[in-house]
Amino acid sequence: MTAARQVRAIAGLTLLEALRGSLLWLVALILLAGLGLAELLGALAITETRQTQAAILGAVLRLAAVLVTSLFVITSVVREQNDKVLELYLSLPLPRAAYYLGKLAGFAACAGVAAALLGALLLVYAPPVQVLLWTLSLFAELLVVVAASLLALFTFSQVTVALSVVLAFYFLARGMGAIQLMSQGPLVDPGALSSRVIAGLVDGIAFLLPDLYRFTPSEWLAYGTGSVADLGPVLAQTAVYVTLLAGAALFDLYRKNF
Amino acid sequence: MPGRGTGTRWATRSERPVRDVPLLALLLLALGLAAQVSWHAWRPGPTARAEALAEPPAGAVLRVASLGDPVALARALMLWLQAFDNQPGLSIPFRELDYGRVRAWLGRVLDLDPRGQYPLLAASRLYGEVPVPEKQRVMLDFVHERFLADPDRRWPWLAHAAIVARHRLQDLPLALKYARAITERATGPSVPPWARDMTVLVLEEMGELEAARVLVGGLLESGRLQDPHEARFLDGKLRELEAKSVEKSSDPTRK
Repeated sequence: MTAARQVRAIAGLTLLEALRGSLLWLVALILLAGLGLAELLGALAITETRQTQAAILGAVLRLAAVLVTSLFVITSVVREQNDKVLELYLSLPLPRAAYYLGKLAGFAACAGVAAALLGALLLVYAPPVQVLLWTLSLFAELLVVVAASLLALFTFSQVTVALSVVLAFYFLARGMGAIQLMSQGPLVDPGALSSRVIAGLVDGIAFLLPDLYRFTPSEWLAYGTGSVADLGPVLAQTAVYVTLLAGAALFDLYRKNF
Repeated sequence: MPGRGTGTRWATRSERPVRDVPLLALLLLALGLAAQVSWHAWRPGPTARAEALAEPPAGAVLRVASLGDPVALARALMLWLQAFDNQPGLSIPFRELDYGRVRAWLGRVLDLDPRGQYPLLAASRLYGEVPVPEKQRVMLDFVHERFLADPDRRWPWLAHAAIVARHRLQDLPLALKYARAITERATGPSVPPWARDMTVLVLEEMGELEAARVLVGGLLESGRLQDPHEARFLDGKLRELEAKSVEKSSDPTRK
Protein backbone atom coordinates (compact mmCIF):
# COMPACT_ATOMS: atom_id res chain seq x y z
CA MET A 1 0.00 0.00 0.00
CA THR A 2 1.45 3.32 -0.99
CA ALA A 3 1.76 6.11 1.53
CA ALA A 4 -0.93 8.11 -0.25
CA ARG A 5 -3.41 5.24 0.00
CA GLN A 6 -2.54 4.77 3.66
CA VAL A 7 -3.18 8.45 4.33
CA ARG A 8 -6.46 8.23 2.43
CA ALA A 9 -7.55 5.15 4.35
CA ILE A 10 -6.86 6.68 7.76
CA ALA A 11 -8.55 9.92 6.71
CA GLY A 12 -11.59 7.98 5.57
CA LEU A 13 -11.80 6.08 8.85
CA THR A 14 -11.48 9.29 10.83
CA LEU A 15 -14.26 10.95 8.85
CA LEU A 16 -16.44 7.86 9.20
CA GLU A 17 -15.94 7.85 12.96
CA ALA A 18 -17.01 11.49 13.12
CA LEU A 19 -20.08 11.04 10.95
CA ARG A 20 -21.22 7.94 12.83
CA GLY A 21 -20.52 9.41 16.22
CA SER A 22 -21.95 12.43 17.97
CA LEU A 23 -20.29 15.18 15.95
CA LEU A 24 -23.22 15.70 13.58
CA TRP A 25 -25.70 15.68 16.47
CA LEU A 26 -23.63 18.27 18.26
CA VAL A 27 -23.51 20.46 15.16
CA ALA A 28 -27.28 20.08 14.80
CA LEU A 29 -27.70 21.19 18.41
CA ILE A 30 -25.48 24.21 17.79
CA LEU A 31 -27.54 25.08 14.71
CA LEU A 32 -30.77 24.88 16.69
CA ALA A 33 -29.38 27.01 19.51
CA GLY A 34 -27.95 29.45 16.97
CA LEU A 35 -31.30 29.81 15.24
CA GLY A 36 -32.99 30.50 18.57
CA LEU A 37 -30.36 33.04 19.49
CA ALA A 38 -30.66 34.83 16.14
CA GLU A 39 -34.43 35.11 16.45
CA LEU A 40 -34.11 36.40 20.02
CA LEU A 41 -31.61 39.02 18.83
CA GLY A 42 -34.00 39.96 16.06
CA ALA A 43 -36.72 40.57 18.62
CA LEU A 44 -34.43 42.76 20.73
CA ALA A 45 -32.85 44.92 18.04
CA ILE A 46 -34.70 48.08 17.10
CA THR A 47 -32.66 48.81 14.00
CA GLU A 48 -30.14 47.10 11.70
CA THR A 49 -31.76 43.85 12.74
CA ARG A 50 -30.27 41.63 10.03
CA GLN A 51 -26.78 43.02 10.60
CA THR A 52 -27.04 42.46 14.34
CA GLN A 53 -28.30 38.92 13.89
CA ALA A 54 -25.64 38.07 11.33
CA ALA A 55 -22.75 39.60 13.29
CA ILE A 56 -23.49 38.07 16.67
CA LEU A 57 -24.59 34.71 15.27
CA GLY A 58 -21.42 34.53 13.17
CA ALA A 59 -19.22 35.15 16.21
CA VAL A 60 -21.10 32.57 18.30
CA LEU A 61 -21.02 29.91 15.57
CA ARG A 62 -17.31 30.50 15.02
CA LEU A 63 -16.52 30.01 18.70
CA ALA A 64 -18.76 26.96 18.92
CA ALA A 65 -17.10 25.44 15.85
CA VAL A 66 -13.64 25.95 17.35
CA LEU A 67 -14.63 24.41 20.69
CA VAL A 68 -16.38 21.41 19.14
CA THR A 69 -13.59 20.76 16.64
CA SER A 70 -10.75 20.94 19.14
CA LEU A 71 -12.66 18.82 21.67
CA PHE A 72 -13.51 16.23 19.04
CA VAL A 73 -9.94 15.97 17.73
CA ILE A 74 -8.39 15.71 21.19
CA THR A 75 -10.85 13.20 22.65
CA SER A 76 -10.80 11.09 19.50
CA VAL A 77 -7.02 10.68 19.51
CA VAL A 78 -6.92 10.16 23.30
CA ARG A 79 -9.49 7.39 22.93
CA GLU A 80 -7.32 5.79 20.26
CA GLN A 81 -4.34 5.98 22.57
CA ASN A 82 -6.26 4.51 25.51
CA ASP A 83 -7.75 1.72 23.39
CA LYS A 84 -4.30 0.92 22.01
CA VAL A 85 -5.56 1.58 18.50
CA LEU A 86 -2.67 3.98 17.96
CA GLU A 87 -0.18 1.28 18.89
CA LEU A 88 -1.94 -1.05 16.48
CA TYR A 89 -1.51 1.49 13.70
CA LEU A 90 2.13 2.00 14.50
CA SER A 91 2.77 -1.73 14.58
CA LEU A 92 1.74 -1.90 10.95
CA PRO A 93 4.15 -1.04 8.11
CA LEU A 94 2.84 2.49 8.28
CA PRO A 95 5.10 5.53 8.58
CA ARG A 96 4.18 7.74 11.52
CA ALA A 97 3.92 10.61 9.07
CA ALA A 98 1.23 8.72 7.15
CA TYR A 99 -0.71 8.23 10.38
CA TYR A 100 -0.40 11.91 11.24
CA LEU A 101 -1.27 13.16 7.75
CA GLY A 102 -4.20 10.74 7.57
CA LYS A 103 -5.52 12.03 10.86
CA LEU A 104 -4.98 15.64 9.79
CA ALA A 105 -6.80 15.09 6.52
CA GLY A 106 -9.66 13.23 8.21
CA PHE A 107 -10.16 15.88 10.87
CA ALA A 108 -9.86 18.57 8.20
CA ALA A 109 -12.72 16.91 6.33
CA CYS A 110 -14.76 16.90 9.56
CA ALA A 111 -13.99 20.59 9.99
CA GLY A 112 -15.16 21.20 6.43
CA VAL A 113 -18.47 19.48 7.11
CA ALA A 114 -18.97 21.46 10.32
CA ALA A 115 -18.08 24.77 8.64
CA ALA A 116 -20.45 24.08 5.74
CA LEU A 117 -23.37 23.23 8.04
CA LEU A 118 -22.83 26.23 10.27
CA GLY A 119 -22.40 28.53 7.29
CA ALA A 120 -25.69 27.29 5.87
CA LEU A 121 -27.57 28.80 8.81
CA LEU A 122 -26.07 32.20 8.09
CA LEU A 123 -27.65 32.22 4.63
CA VAL A 124 -30.86 33.26 6.38
CA TYR A 125 -29.26 36.44 7.70
CA ALA A 126 -26.48 37.47 5.33
CA PRO A 127 -25.82 37.67 1.57
CA PRO A 128 -24.82 34.32 0.01
CA VAL A 129 -21.47 35.51 -1.34
CA GLN A 130 -20.43 36.86 2.06
CA VAL A 131 -21.56 33.66 3.74
CA LEU A 132 -19.46 31.64 1.30
CA LEU A 133 -16.37 33.76 1.99
CA TRP A 134 -17.01 33.56 5.71
CA THR A 135 -17.45 29.76 5.57
CA LEU A 136 -14.20 29.29 3.64
CA SER A 137 -12.41 31.48 6.16
CA LEU A 138 -13.95 29.49 9.03
CA PHE A 139 -12.75 26.27 7.42
CA ALA A 140 -9.23 27.72 7.26
CA GLU A 141 -9.48 28.76 10.91
CA LEU A 142 -10.64 25.28 11.91
CA LEU A 143 -7.72 23.74 9.97
CA VAL A 144 -5.33 25.69 12.16
CA VAL A 145 -7.25 24.57 15.25
CA VAL A 146 -7.14 20.92 14.11
CA ALA A 147 -3.37 21.05 13.57
CA ALA A 148 -2.87 22.84 16.89
CA SER A 149 -5.02 20.25 18.70
CA LEU A 150 -3.01 17.34 17.28
CA LEU A 151 0.27 19.00 18.27
CA ALA A 152 -1.02 19.79 21.77
CA LEU A 153 -2.15 16.21 22.26
CA PHE A 154 1.08 14.64 21.04
CA THR A 155 2.96 16.95 23.38
CA PHE A 156 0.82 16.71 26.52
CA SER A 157 -1.21 13.48 26.06
CA GLN A 158 -3.99 14.64 28.42
CA VAL A 159 -7.36 16.01 27.37
CA THR A 160 -7.58 18.81 29.93
CA VAL A 161 -4.08 20.14 29.40
CA ALA A 162 -4.21 19.82 25.62
CA LEU A 163 -7.60 21.53 25.38
CA SER A 164 -6.50 24.35 27.69
CA VAL A 165 -3.38 24.92 25.62
CA VAL A 166 -5.33 24.96 22.35
CA LEU A 167 -7.90 27.41 23.68
CA ALA A 168 -5.23 29.67 25.16
CA PHE A 169 -3.41 29.62 21.82
CA TYR A 170 -6.64 30.39 19.95
CA PHE A 171 -7.72 33.30 22.16
CA LEU A 172 -4.22 34.77 22.16
CA ALA A 173 -3.98 34.50 18.37
CA ARG A 174 -7.35 36.20 17.93
CA GLY A 175 -6.58 38.96 20.38
CA MET A 176 -2.97 39.55 19.34
CA GLY A 177 -3.80 42.31 16.85
CA ALA A 178 -5.43 44.41 19.55
CA ILE A 179 -2.67 43.59 22.07
CA GLN A 180 0.00 44.80 19.61
CA LEU A 181 -1.92 48.02 19.07
CA MET A 182 -2.16 48.49 22.84
CA SER A 183 1.58 48.04 23.28
CA GLN A 184 2.19 50.75 20.68
CA GLY A 185 -0.71 53.01 21.63
CA PRO A 186 -0.55 56.78 22.25
CA LEU A 187 -0.58 56.32 26.06
CA VAL A 188 2.60 54.26 25.97
CA ASP A 189 5.88 56.12 26.39
CA PRO A 190 7.99 54.90 23.44
CA GLY A 191 11.20 56.09 25.06
CA ALA A 192 10.84 54.09 28.28
CA LEU A 193 12.87 50.89 28.45
CA SER A 194 9.99 48.91 29.93
CA SER A 195 7.70 49.97 27.06
CA ARG A 196 10.28 48.90 24.49
CA VAL A 197 10.81 45.56 26.18
CA ILE A 198 7.09 44.89 26.40
CA ALA A 199 6.49 45.97 22.81
CA GLY A 200 9.36 43.76 21.68
CA LEU A 201 8.01 40.82 23.63
CA VAL A 202 4.52 41.29 22.25
CA ASP A 203 5.82 41.60 18.69
CA GLY A 204 7.97 38.50 19.19
CA ILE A 205 4.98 36.48 20.35
CA ALA A 206 2.93 37.84 17.46
CA PHE A 207 5.56 36.55 15.04
CA LEU A 208 5.01 33.02 16.31
CA LEU A 209 1.21 33.17 16.17
CA PRO A 210 -1.12 33.10 13.16
CA ASP A 211 -3.01 36.35 12.65
CA LEU A 212 -6.37 34.77 13.36
CA TYR A 213 -7.81 38.22 14.05
CA ARG A 214 -8.05 38.64 10.28
CA PHE A 215 -10.01 35.41 9.89
CA THR A 216 -13.80 35.07 9.65
CA PRO A 217 -14.78 38.64 10.62
CA SER A 218 -18.42 39.34 11.35
CA GLU A 219 -18.02 42.55 9.39
CA TRP A 220 -18.31 40.57 6.16
CA LEU A 221 -21.70 39.25 7.21
CA ALA A 222 -22.99 42.54 8.60
CA TYR A 223 -21.77 44.95 5.92
CA GLY A 224 -20.96 42.76 2.92
CA THR A 225 -17.37 44.00 2.80
CA GLY A 226 -15.72 40.63 2.18
CA SER A 227 -14.09 39.90 -1.16
CA VAL A 228 -12.05 37.13 -2.75
CA ALA A 229 -8.97 39.30 -2.26
CA ASP A 230 -9.48 39.06 1.50
CA LEU A 231 -9.30 35.27 1.33
CA GLY A 232 -5.83 35.25 -0.19
CA PRO A 233 -3.93 36.28 2.96
CA VAL A 234 -6.18 34.02 5.05
CA LEU A 235 -5.40 30.94 2.96
CA ALA A 236 -1.73 31.82 2.75
CA GLN A 237 -1.47 32.19 6.53
CA THR A 238 -3.33 28.89 6.96
CA ALA A 239 -0.93 27.07 4.63
CA VAL A 240 2.11 28.52 6.38
CA TYR A 241 0.92 27.84 9.91
CA VAL A 242 -0.47 24.37 9.31
CA THR A 243 2.92 23.48 7.76
CA LEU A 244 4.65 24.79 10.88
CA LEU A 245 2.30 22.90 13.23
CA ALA A 246 2.59 19.73 11.14
CA GLY A 247 6.37 19.93 11.33
CA ALA A 248 6.26 20.37 15.09
CA ALA A 249 3.73 17.55 15.52
CA LEU A 250 5.79 15.14 13.43
CA PHE A 251 8.90 16.13 15.41
CA ASP A 252 7.03 15.16 18.59
CA LEU A 253 5.43 12.05 17.13
CA TYR A 254 8.69 10.59 15.83
CA ARG A 255 10.39 11.16 19.17
CA LYS A 256 7.64 9.52 21.21
CA ASN A 257 8.11 6.00 22.60
CA PHE A 258 4.83 4.07 22.68
CA MET B 1 -28.99 -11.21 30.26
CA PRO B 2 -28.87 -8.40 32.84
CA GLY B 3 -32.16 -6.64 33.31
CA ARG B 4 -34.32 -9.14 31.39
CA GLY B 5 -37.23 -10.72 33.27
CA THR B 6 -36.28 -9.12 36.59
CA GLY B 7 -39.22 -6.71 36.77
CA THR B 8 -36.91 -3.71 36.96
CA ARG B 9 -37.61 -1.43 34.06
CA TRP B 10 -34.64 0.77 34.98
CA ALA B 11 -31.95 -1.79 34.15
CA THR B 12 -30.31 -1.83 30.74
CA ARG B 13 -27.60 -3.92 29.18
CA SER B 14 -24.90 -1.56 30.53
CA GLU B 15 -26.45 -0.79 33.95
CA ARG B 16 -27.28 -2.78 37.06
CA PRO B 17 -30.80 -2.90 38.56
CA VAL B 18 -31.81 -0.35 41.19
CA ARG B 19 -31.95 -2.99 43.92
CA ASP B 20 -28.15 -3.25 43.69
CA VAL B 21 -27.80 0.28 45.09
CA PRO B 22 -27.12 0.21 48.88
CA LEU B 23 -29.94 1.55 51.08
CA LEU B 24 -27.63 4.16 52.60
CA ALA B 25 -26.89 5.60 49.18
CA LEU B 26 -30.61 5.84 48.41
CA LEU B 27 -31.27 7.49 51.77
CA LEU B 28 -28.47 9.96 51.12
CA LEU B 29 -30.00 10.87 47.77
CA ALA B 30 -33.48 11.30 49.26
CA LEU B 31 -32.11 13.28 52.20
CA GLY B 32 -30.08 15.53 49.95
CA LEU B 33 -33.07 16.25 47.75
CA ALA B 34 -35.33 16.95 50.73
CA ALA B 35 -32.70 19.21 52.29
CA GLN B 36 -32.25 21.17 49.04
CA VAL B 37 -35.98 21.71 48.60
CA SER B 38 -36.41 22.69 52.28
CA TRP B 39 -33.47 25.07 52.19
CA HIS B 40 -34.73 26.73 49.04
CA ALA B 41 -38.23 27.08 50.52
CA TRP B 42 -36.88 28.62 53.72
CA ARG B 43 -34.55 31.15 52.06
CA PRO B 44 -36.09 34.41 50.84
CA GLY B 45 -36.58 34.70 47.09
CA PRO B 46 -34.46 36.96 44.90
CA THR B 47 -35.15 40.67 45.21
CA ALA B 48 -34.82 43.06 42.36
CA ARG B 49 -32.12 45.66 42.86
CA ALA B 50 -31.35 48.30 40.36
CA GLU B 51 -27.79 47.97 39.24
CA ALA B 52 -26.14 51.21 38.31
CA LEU B 53 -24.65 51.49 34.86
CA ALA B 54 -20.90 51.08 35.26
CA GLU B 55 -18.23 53.04 33.47
CA PRO B 56 -17.20 51.33 30.25
CA PRO B 57 -13.73 49.80 30.04
CA ALA B 58 -11.11 51.48 27.89
CA GLY B 59 -11.52 51.07 24.16
CA ALA B 60 -8.27 49.14 23.90
CA VAL B 61 -9.49 46.64 26.50
CA LEU B 62 -12.72 46.12 24.58
CA ARG B 63 -10.75 45.54 21.40
CA VAL B 64 -8.72 42.82 23.07
CA ALA B 65 -11.90 41.30 24.49
CA SER B 66 -13.47 41.29 21.04
CA LEU B 67 -10.96 38.60 19.97
CA GLY B 68 -10.43 40.21 16.61
CA ASP B 69 -14.13 40.68 15.90
CA PRO B 70 -15.07 44.18 17.12
CA VAL B 71 -18.29 44.35 15.07
CA ALA B 72 -19.84 41.37 16.85
CA LEU B 73 -18.86 42.72 20.28
CA ALA B 74 -20.23 46.16 19.37
CA ARG B 75 -23.59 44.65 18.43
CA ALA B 76 -23.76 42.57 21.60
CA LEU B 77 -22.82 45.56 23.78
CA MET B 78 -25.45 47.70 22.09
CA LEU B 79 -28.18 45.17 22.82
CA TRP B 80 -26.99 44.88 26.42
CA LEU B 81 -26.96 48.66 26.88
CA GLN B 82 -30.36 49.03 25.26
CA ALA B 83 -31.84 46.41 27.58
CA PHE B 84 -30.18 47.87 30.70
CA ASP B 85 -33.33 49.65 31.70
CA ASN B 86 -35.06 46.27 31.82
CA GLN B 87 -33.24 44.40 34.58
CA PRO B 88 -34.67 41.21 36.09
CA GLY B 89 -37.73 42.08 38.12
CA LEU B 90 -37.78 45.81 37.53
CA SER B 91 -37.66 48.53 34.98
CA ILE B 92 -35.47 51.62 35.31
CA PRO B 93 -36.72 54.75 33.63
CA PHE B 94 -34.16 56.22 31.26
CA ARG B 95 -34.18 59.44 33.23
CA GLU B 96 -32.50 57.64 36.14
CA LEU B 97 -29.58 56.44 34.06
CA ASP B 98 -26.27 58.28 34.27
CA TYR B 99 -26.26 59.87 30.82
CA GLY B 100 -22.56 60.59 31.00
CA ARG B 101 -21.97 56.86 31.19
CA VAL B 102 -24.60 56.12 28.56
CA ARG B 103 -22.75 58.49 26.26
CA ALA B 104 -19.44 56.82 27.07
CA TRP B 105 -20.86 53.37 26.27
CA LEU B 106 -22.39 54.56 23.01
CA GLY B 107 -19.04 56.07 22.11
CA ARG B 108 -17.23 52.81 22.79
CA VAL B 109 -19.71 50.87 20.67
CA LEU B 110 -19.28 53.32 17.81
CA ASP B 111 -15.50 53.10 18.10
CA LEU B 112 -15.70 49.32 17.78
CA ASP B 113 -18.06 49.48 14.81
CA PRO B 114 -17.82 52.86 13.02
CA ARG B 115 -20.18 51.76 10.25
CA GLY B 116 -22.99 50.99 12.66
CA GLN B 117 -25.90 53.40 12.95
CA TYR B 118 -27.41 51.73 16.00
CA PRO B 119 -25.66 53.87 18.66
CA LEU B 120 -26.66 57.10 16.94
CA LEU B 121 -30.25 55.98 16.53
CA ALA B 122 -30.31 55.01 20.20
CA ALA B 123 -28.83 58.38 21.19
CA SER B 124 -31.21 60.48 19.11
CA ARG B 125 -34.43 58.43 19.12
CA LEU B 126 -34.23 56.44 22.35
CA TYR B 127 -32.18 58.16 25.03
CA GLY B 128 -32.75 61.58 23.49
CA GLU B 129 -36.51 61.24 23.93
CA VAL B 130 -36.37 61.46 27.73
CA PRO B 131 -38.10 64.71 28.80
CA VAL B 132 -35.13 66.00 30.78
CA PRO B 133 -33.46 68.86 28.86
CA GLU B 134 -29.98 68.36 30.39
CA LYS B 135 -29.97 64.69 29.40
CA GLN B 136 -31.34 65.43 25.96
CA ARG B 137 -28.50 67.92 25.40
CA VAL B 138 -25.94 65.28 26.37
CA MET B 139 -27.31 62.95 23.70
CA LEU B 140 -27.64 65.66 21.06
CA ASP B 141 -24.08 66.75 21.71
CA PHE B 142 -22.91 63.17 21.33
CA VAL B 143 -24.71 62.89 17.98
CA HIS B 144 -23.16 66.16 16.79
CA GLU B 145 -19.68 65.12 17.88
CA ARG B 146 -19.88 61.80 16.07
CA PHE B 147 -21.56 63.27 13.00
CA LEU B 148 -18.41 65.25 12.29
CA ALA B 149 -16.43 62.02 11.79
CA ASP B 150 -18.71 60.68 9.03
CA PRO B 151 -21.17 63.37 7.91
CA ASP B 152 -22.42 61.72 4.73
CA ARG B 153 -23.69 58.66 6.57
CA ARG B 154 -24.62 60.12 9.95
CA TRP B 155 -26.59 63.18 8.82
CA PRO B 156 -30.06 61.62 9.59
CA TRP B 157 -29.32 61.56 13.31
CA LEU B 158 -28.08 65.13 13.37
CA ALA B 159 -31.16 66.20 11.39
CA HIS B 160 -33.31 64.61 14.09
CA ALA B 161 -31.17 66.35 16.72
CA ALA B 162 -31.80 69.68 15.01
CA ILE B 163 -35.55 69.02 15.07
CA VAL B 164 -35.43 68.06 18.77
CA ALA B 165 -33.43 71.22 19.53
CA ARG B 166 -35.89 73.36 17.60
CA HIS B 167 -39.17 71.91 18.79
CA ARG B 168 -38.51 70.23 22.15
CA LEU B 169 -35.73 72.30 23.66
CA GLN B 170 -36.92 75.48 21.95
CA ASP B 171 -33.23 76.25 21.40
CA LEU B 172 -33.00 77.83 17.96
CA PRO B 173 -29.27 78.67 18.16
CA LEU B 174 -28.56 75.00 18.91
CA ALA B 175 -30.85 73.89 16.08
CA LEU B 176 -29.03 76.31 13.79
CA LYS B 177 -25.65 74.91 14.83
CA TYR B 178 -26.74 71.38 13.93
CA ALA B 179 -28.51 72.39 10.72
CA ARG B 180 -25.50 74.41 9.61
CA ALA B 181 -23.21 71.45 10.29
CA ILE B 182 -25.33 69.33 7.93
CA THR B 183 -25.37 72.01 5.23
CA GLU B 184 -21.61 72.52 5.37
CA ARG B 185 -20.37 68.98 5.91
CA ALA B 186 -22.93 66.52 4.53
CA THR B 187 -22.20 67.04 0.85
CA GLY B 188 -22.60 63.49 -0.45
CA PRO B 189 -25.12 62.50 -3.13
CA SER B 190 -27.27 60.60 -0.63
CA VAL B 191 -28.02 63.70 1.45
CA PRO B 192 -31.55 64.85 0.53
CA PRO B 193 -32.35 68.48 -0.21
CA TRP B 194 -34.58 68.95 2.83
CA ALA B 195 -31.71 68.10 5.19
CA ARG B 196 -29.32 70.42 3.38
CA ASP B 197 -31.83 73.26 3.41
CA MET B 198 -32.79 73.05 7.10
CA THR B 199 -30.41 75.92 7.88
CA VAL B 200 -32.44 78.25 5.71
CA LEU B 201 -35.63 77.44 7.54
CA VAL B 202 -34.06 77.82 10.98
CA LEU B 203 -32.47 81.15 10.04
CA GLU B 204 -35.81 82.37 8.74
CA GLU B 205 -37.49 81.32 11.97
CA MET B 206 -34.84 83.17 13.93
CA GLY B 207 -35.52 86.30 11.90
CA GLU B 208 -32.05 86.17 10.40
CA LEU B 209 -33.41 86.98 6.96
CA GLU B 210 -30.22 88.40 5.56
CA ALA B 211 -28.17 85.39 6.64
CA ALA B 212 -30.82 83.07 5.18
CA ARG B 213 -30.83 85.00 1.92
CA VAL B 214 -27.04 84.82 1.64
CA LEU B 215 -27.10 81.09 2.35
CA VAL B 216 -29.76 80.38 -0.25
CA GLY B 217 -27.96 82.48 -2.82
CA GLY B 218 -24.76 80.59 -2.03
CA LEU B 219 -26.43 77.22 -2.42
CA LEU B 220 -27.95 78.20 -5.74
CA GLU B 221 -24.63 79.40 -7.10
CA SER B 222 -22.56 76.56 -5.66
CA GLY B 223 -23.53 74.05 -8.32
CA ARG B 224 -24.19 71.42 -5.61
CA LEU B 225 -27.88 71.31 -6.36
CA GLN B 226 -28.72 68.39 -8.62
CA ASP B 227 -32.44 68.24 -7.98
CA PRO B 228 -34.44 70.75 -10.06
CA HIS B 229 -37.22 70.67 -7.45
CA GLU B 230 -34.78 71.78 -4.80
CA ALA B 231 -33.44 74.52 -7.03
CA ARG B 232 -37.01 75.68 -7.68
CA PHE B 233 -37.83 75.59 -3.97
CA LEU B 234 -34.74 77.58 -3.02
CA ASP B 235 -35.31 80.06 -5.81
CA GLY B 236 -38.81 80.65 -4.52
CA LYS B 237 -37.47 80.86 -0.97
CA LEU B 238 -34.90 83.47 -2.08
CA ARG B 239 -37.60 85.69 -3.56
CA GLU B 240 -39.65 85.26 -0.39
CA LEU B 241 -36.69 86.22 1.81
CA GLU B 242 -35.87 89.22 -0.36
CA ALA B 243 -39.49 90.39 -0.14
CA LYS B 244 -39.45 89.95 3.63
CA SER B 245 -36.14 91.84 3.87
CA VAL B 246 -37.55 94.74 1.88
CA GLU B 247 -40.67 94.71 4.05
CA LYS B 248 -38.60 94.67 7.22
CA SER B 249 -36.27 97.45 6.14
CA SER B 250 -39.21 99.64 5.07
CA ASP B 251 -41.01 99.07 8.40
CA PRO B 252 -38.36 99.24 11.14
CA THR B 253 -40.97 98.54 13.84
CA ARG B 254 -41.44 94.99 12.48
CA LYS B 255 -39.06 92.22 13.59
